[in-house]
Amino acid sequence: MGTLTTRFSTIQDPDEKHRFLLNMGPQHPCTHGVLRIVLEMDGEYAMGIDPILGYGHRMHEKMAECRPWSGFYPNTGRIDYGGAIPYNHGYCALIERMAGIEVPERAEYIRVITVELNRISSHFLGVGAYVIDLGAFTPILYMFDDREDILDALEDITGSRLTYCHHRVGGVSKDIDDVFIRRTRALIKTIRSRFDMYDRLVTGNIIFQKRTKDVGIIPVEMARRYGATGPVLRGSGIGFDIRKNEPYSVYPEFDFDIPTGENGDAFDRYMVRMLELEQSLRIIEQALDKLPDGPVMAKVKRIKLQPGDCSFSVEAARGMLTYYLVGDGTNVPYKLKIRVPSYSNLSLLEELCKGSLIADLVSAMGSLDLIIPEIDR
Amino acid sequence: MDFIVDIIAKYSLVRMLISFLLIIAIVMLNAIVMGYLERKICGRIQRRWGPMEVGFHGWMQMFLDGVKLLAKQLIVPREANPFLFRMAPLLCFTPVAMAFAVIPFSESFYAMDLNIGLIYLLAMGSLNVFSILIAGWSSNNKYSLFGALRSVAQNVAYEIPILLSLLAVVLVTTSFNFKEIVDYQSGLLSFWMCQPVAFIIFLIAGCAETNRLPFDLPEAESELTAGYFTEYGGFSFGLFAIAEYGNLFIMSSVATIMFLGGWNGPFGLDFYSGPILGVFWFLLKVFILMLIMIWVRWTYPRVRFDQLMNLSWKYLIPFSLINLLITAFIVKII
Repeated sequence: MGTLTTRFSTIQDPDEKHRFLLNMGPQHPCTHGVLRIVLEMDGEYAMGIDPILGYGHRMHEKMAECRPWSGFYPNTGRIDYGGAIPYNHGYCALIERMAGIEVPERAEYIRVITVELNRISSHFLGVGAYVIDLGAFTPILYMFDDREDILDALEDITGSRLTYCHHRVGGVSKDIDDVFIRRTRALIKTIRSRFDMYDRLVTGNIIFQKRTKDVGIIPVEMARRYGATGPVLRGSGIGFDIRKNEPYSVYPEFDFDIPTGENGDAFDRYMVRMLELEQSLRIIEQALDKLPDGPVMAKVKRIKLQPGDCSFSVEAARGMLTYYLVGDGTNVPYKLKIRVPSYSNLSLLEELCKGSLIADLVSAMGSLDLIIPEIDR
Repeated sequence: MDFIVDIIAKYSLVRMLISFLLIIAIVMLNAIVMGYLERKICGRIQRRWGPMEVGFHGWMQMFLDGVKLLAKQLIVPREANPFLFRMAPLLCFTPVAMAFAVIPFSESFYAMDLNIGLIYLLAMGSLNVFSILIAGWSSNNKYSLFGALRSVAQNVAYEIPILLSLLAVVLVTTSFNFKEIVDYQSGLLSFWMCQPVAFIIFLIAGCAETNRLPFDLPEAESELTAGYFTEYGGFSFGLFAIAEYGNLFIMSSVATIMFLGGWNGPFGLDFYSGPILGVFWFLLKVFILMLIMIWVRWTYPRVRFDQLMNLSWKYLIPFSLINLLITAFIVKII
């Protein structure tokens, strides 16, 4: 951090004397939050890139060490406000794995439904914001129209719209009803009918394709080296998805595909997200069809975290999310480590965009779909 | 009444004063109308209402925004050059107002009848780039400077196809005078039919010349925050906005005069035209063109800078040159 500034002050090479430093952020439209990127510019070309974090740091991991595990639970939704339910799900599943709690099947189905709904709304947010980065303001408002339906449906059962606390250790806090099922089926239909419009408005747009194709190409080897996951990795052609590779919850019972890209450019990452919408819709449909009856909450006694460690990975909207918890026999975690996808995805940026135009930097960075509070935790 | 008409006819100074006041009024009114239309139409395009609070369907919103801008303090950044910083918005606004002087709204409704009206108007239009350069340079902000540099390159690149496409029309009419050009199109003929390539090239280049999406690289809010007017607030920002809409009006009216037959009624129907109805037809055509530009703006993403340059130097300029060559041959033969 800050190495670029130091390097810049010691430039001796006359060919590099005319370069200048440009602060992108912490208040800049394309950084989607309080990320600051120091750029060493040669005209319009960014020759050095140095992301500086810490403007939104809230010490989530330390907070987890200071209170009972249940007290930390609401924080998990605040880490990634774009797709909060997978974060809830991962934390609950972690505690369940540690305490050996069986979750009723109906609860698992409800969890999958809410997680996938949240994944769709998160992808709408990510893709819409990306298209704004490229200069088109209109698509995000159509996407938010669909997202609004999803948030309304989720609000009905979870009580909140952005940061949820619906999943509980041992099940879910509230059962879904017929109204929710009818509503979800209706919104699946509307979202499907909109795909064609998005194809014409965004995907098929010649300027959009020119701005994203062959921009920010991530080779497979590079994605592996930085530990990129989620659509960023899948865009490079590797079909790695925790839901398939380390199945959890009831995902093995559903039939869905993992869309992958070919070239690993920004367009592929965008396409992976758009295709994942359809797969998530498929999962929700199957889950609604198969939804079993029964309780939604297991009998849970007071949980003391056993001495020892435990980890749990889920597929969040932006990639692999891992919780790693060390217990010491009390109900306060000794250590909680959260491995968030955006952090690894951001670390790609320097190698990805070195020497590219500032417009390509914006395009490539938007396609990583970063949520800054998640990186800053 | 006759007395007033007499004075106006006799003393060109009176005519100039009146037209000056009218021009300022038209420029301001145009900004208000266009600002309102743009917000309403982009609202419709984006499935929302646009301004609704002030007055019926928010029609007074732009007036209130103007008052708000007027009431704001004009802040000059600490390291900026205060003189140039304050000059830039005025320099942006003045040529726009001056260019309005030669636009004929109908056969008798114009301020000045120059025999080189087209050249004068294009000269005024290209002064715009100076103000952008001064604004970008004097505000001592790297983003502003980026916007200014982009703007210069863009304006240089896109003025050429504009001139070349207009020259094809001038070759046919053999006149730079707007009235003669419009008179030439009084029958069924208007130039968008026999010069479609020039018309399309002019529209694309006009979009770029007025710095509007998909070619708004000098502003490019997701890359350069707000480009050359990042540091401007209050009414100096307002002047930039007014000048932007003024430029839009000028570009559309040039397209109307040169390609769509100016104040002539459609389909060569003579009984539809006249000094008053002419204004109606003229404004109708201008506003349709401006609405198309609004429509494009709220649909397309922004192009990258090298793509913008490629479009001009690799496609627009060669095509307009070929078009000019073909026109010249045909004119010579006929």
